Amino acid sequence: MKKRSFFSALVTFAAVGVLLAGCGNSSSKSSSGSSSSAGSTTKITAVGSTALQPLVEQAAANYQNENSGANISVQGGGSGTGLSQVSSGAVTIGDSDVFAEQQAGINASKLVDHKVAVVGMTPVVNKSAGVTNLTMAQLKKVFTGKVTNWNQVGGKNEKITIINRAQGSGTRATFEGAVLKGAKAVKSQEQDSNGTVQKIVSTTPGAVSYLAFSYVNNKVQALSVNGVKPTYANVETNKWKIWSYEHMYTKGKPNKSAAAFLKYMDSSKVQSSLVKKLGYLSIHAMKVTKDATGAVTKG
Amino acid sequence: MEDIKKGSNMPKDDVSTKKIADDIKKSLKAPSKATHQDYFGRAISYVCIGFVGVLVVSILYFVATKGLATFTQNHVNLWSFLSGQNWNPGTLDAHGQPEVGALPMIVTSFSVTLLSAIIATPFAIAVALFMTEISPNKGSKYLQPVIELLVGIPSVVYGFIGLSVIVPMLRHFFGGTGFGILAGTLVLFVMVLPTITSLSIDSIKAVPLYYREASLALGATRWQTIYKVVLRAAAPGLMTAIIFGMARAFGEALAVQMVIGNAVLMPKGLMSPASTLTSQLTTEIGNTTMGTLPNNALWSLALILLLMSLFFNILVRIIGKKGTMSK
Amino acid sequence: MNAKTSNNIATGVISAFVVIVVAILLFLLGYILFTGMPHVSVHFLTSAAQTFASGGGIRDQLFNSLYLLVLTLIISFPIALGSGIYLSEYAPNNWFTNILRTAIEVLSSLPSVVVGLFGYLLFVIQFGMGFSIFAGAIALTFFNLPLLTRSIEESLHDVPDLQREAGLSLGLSNWETITGIVLPAAVPGILTGIILSAGRVFGEAAALIYTAGQSAPMVNYGNWDIFSPSSFLNPMRPAETLAVHIWKVNTEGVTPGAAAISAGSSAVLIIVILIFNLGARFLGTRLYQKMTASKAK
Repeated sequence: MKKRSFFSALVTFAAVGVLLAGCGNSSSKSSSGSSSSAGSTTKITAVGSTALQPLVEQAAANYQNENSGANISVQGGGSGTGLSQVSSGAVTIGDSDVFAEQQAGINASKLVDHKVAVVGMTPVVNKSAGVTNLTMAQLKKVFTGKVTNWNQVGGKNEKITIINRAQGSGTRATFEGAVLKGAKAVKSQEQDSNGTVQKIVSTTPGAVSYLAFSYVNNKVQALSVNGVKPTYANVETNKWKIWSYEHMYTKGKPNKSAAAFLKYMDSSKVQSSLVKKLGYLSIHAMKVTKDATGAVTKG
Repeated sequence: MEDIKKGSNMPKDDVSTKKIADDIKKSLKAPSKATHQDYFGRAISYVCIGFVGVLVVSILYFVATKGLATFTQNHVNLWSFLSGQNWNPGTLDAHGQPEVGALPMIVTSFSVTLLSAIIATPFAIAVALFMTEISPNKGSKYLQPVIELLVGIPSVVYGFIGLSVIVPMLRHFFGGTGFGILAGTLVLFVMVLPTITSLSIDSIKAVPLYYREASLALGATRWQTIYKVVLRAAAPGLMTAIIFGMARAFGEALAVQMVIGNAVLMPKGLMSPASTLTSQLTTEIGNTTMGTLPNNALWSLALILLLMSLFFNILVRIIGKKGTMSK
Repeated sequence: MNAKTSNNIATGVISAFVVIVVAILLFLLGYILFTGMPHVSVHFLTSAAQTFASGGGIRDQLFNSLYLLVLTLIISFPIALGSGIYLSEYAPNNWFTNILRTAIEVLSSLPSVVVGLFGYLLFVIQFGMGFSIFAGAIALTFFNLPLLTRSIEESLHDVPDLQREAGLSLGLSNWETITGIVLPAAVPGILTGIILSAGRVFGEAAALIYTAGQSAPMVNYGNWDIFSPSSFLNPMRPAETLAVHIWKVNTEGVTPGAAAISAGSSAVLIIVILIFNLGARFLGTRLYQKMTASKAK
């Protein structure tokens, strides 16, 4: 008897597995079926930039509270993933830190850009370096490896340890566009997230890197560049040069429900409260605009 | 069938006796219920292994096609990929070739995996022996649950402990930044320890008791029994344990990435920052676009990883075979 | 050096190694628990996570981790059991079986991000599952299968042939012998496999980011209809597990007190795993006693 009960338990296990697989399929079918009929229950999937994710996730949660029919799933995966998935039509919205034009292998003409926020970035150093201000030229020398000790730029006698960002990351693209201007960064350590960079810079003597404003805390030293302090006000007027947009791309014109959500992202509910709380700048506060080539125009 | 037809013309008694005899014959000749069950069970196990086979083949195919695209579609020279030392897939070098030299990462992956396995194995086997041969009661009651606990700690947590404990410690003792192969090795050592230990325990436990009894009866000491009998008999299982440990070390990314420095440079020593295949893969893959060269190059790294782990696997198997035979 | 001395030396060396390992273990656990426990409270365990306000908890993540574990085991255990039985009882000792074994072992060295992307492209996109616990469970099955299959195979293999012969000579069929005698005798070994693979499920992050997702939509714990998108039981909803949560607050988290949440979550995770391990071991011993005539070791 015992062995039989064991065996039947085994079969039940397998049957449950198969059943689950079956219902999994059926429910996924029903959800994909409903998405074709653009009703109030259309599912929106936003995938991409991990930096933008907290903002979109919170906005989506608030939006779903206000609109009971909405169903929005926000996931990370990286800007490259977001852009390639939205191009192929696999997801509704692709979140990105970079312009689609800057990303190799993406046909940007098919995508519609929705800028939802501006993010300012600042170089940061470990407090032991004894530096609080650098000129743009010095900063460039540091990251291209021409300067290897902090005493060459007015700091203490300490070796410079560069912590760069991952090669394809939006933060690095923005920083190199504003600081290196085409020069090649020296080979160095690379990390792919603000949190890790902050932790490493705060604990490693002589370390230098760059962070989005919201990750700067009292454990690291933010640097002024050419005497300009990294503040929100300076970003708005482009006195502080290192900043970029956060984008939400759709393939062609967004469908009804995606358009409604994107409109919500642009509304003052998100722009004047959420965006600021998360350390971004409102897109409406900017007094200048930047295009994909990095050219800045007033207005 | 014919019998029954014929039977209809026969007297009644005959029919029934014949039928009973037929039934007995049939039931004796036909497969019993147990046999059916046996076929059924056998079929289930075949289906399962078939399923596993399909899974393995599909993921290998997936990685292989993506990984080979670098060479077939982007026409990167295989040799320059394997021997190049510059990793900069987004840019072209002086000859118009993309800079995809994976050698620094191959060397680094190879060294951290091998080093951590070399360090971890004696510890793991010592613990396993302690828990099976020396003090089985205390060992299995307290030590084993704790060791198995360690498998479930997320890599990120290992990474952060490494970052806040190991890296500063190494910086203090050896100078430099503290980031490097040694830091990666130490973190991996702790991470693979539970895997190797648990599997070693199982394989040592599986050595039949009478092996030990026979050896002790011959007057051998406990260590002689362990060394000459138990470890030899358990060798294939120990090999499997080491393979799985190395596999974990190979595939680990998040923790290593935080402490090894993650710089694609040829490692110059134990303390120089470097980057493994997996850490580079994990860092970059979200930022690249599918179908482009930088993305394909990352998949090639995954393919190399697979091939290297295959190589290790076979190597360890050969060593294991020798170990068991030379008794 | 005579045999006695070398015996003593060896015992000493082994004990020294064990002491070192125990020290490392205690340090690790102590570090995680001491930094984490002060942040663990009832409120922490029973409230939802906050993206940018402080005071968020881990209720949903904790439940998701457990639910994902159950789903993963439901999918992977029967397959691993069947394959383990095949490899141990039926597989002929030839090149094909060897290739199969090697392939399974190689599979376990795949970096999680590769498995994650594979699961993403195939299950999430191709099969239209979307980011879901179910897709996550399938991806984790890829991790689980090698280890689980291998440990089931080994523990079946370790059951002495005497037992099989006894079963067969009593007139049991091959299959009856396997399920009735060999399998129960192998329960302790199988348990180790389950516990190890469960640990991997609890601790995995990179593969789940692309399959189960890294955001936890609000779920309703009163909704038992597993087809409803807001039900906590719906396997097709996206879900963030504890390990992914730890990863997220550490890398891109802007939550105030991210370090506290991460430390607290790690401590909770360790305790949950401990409870699971002890529970599994307890149940396993009971099962073993019930299904075999022997007393537990």
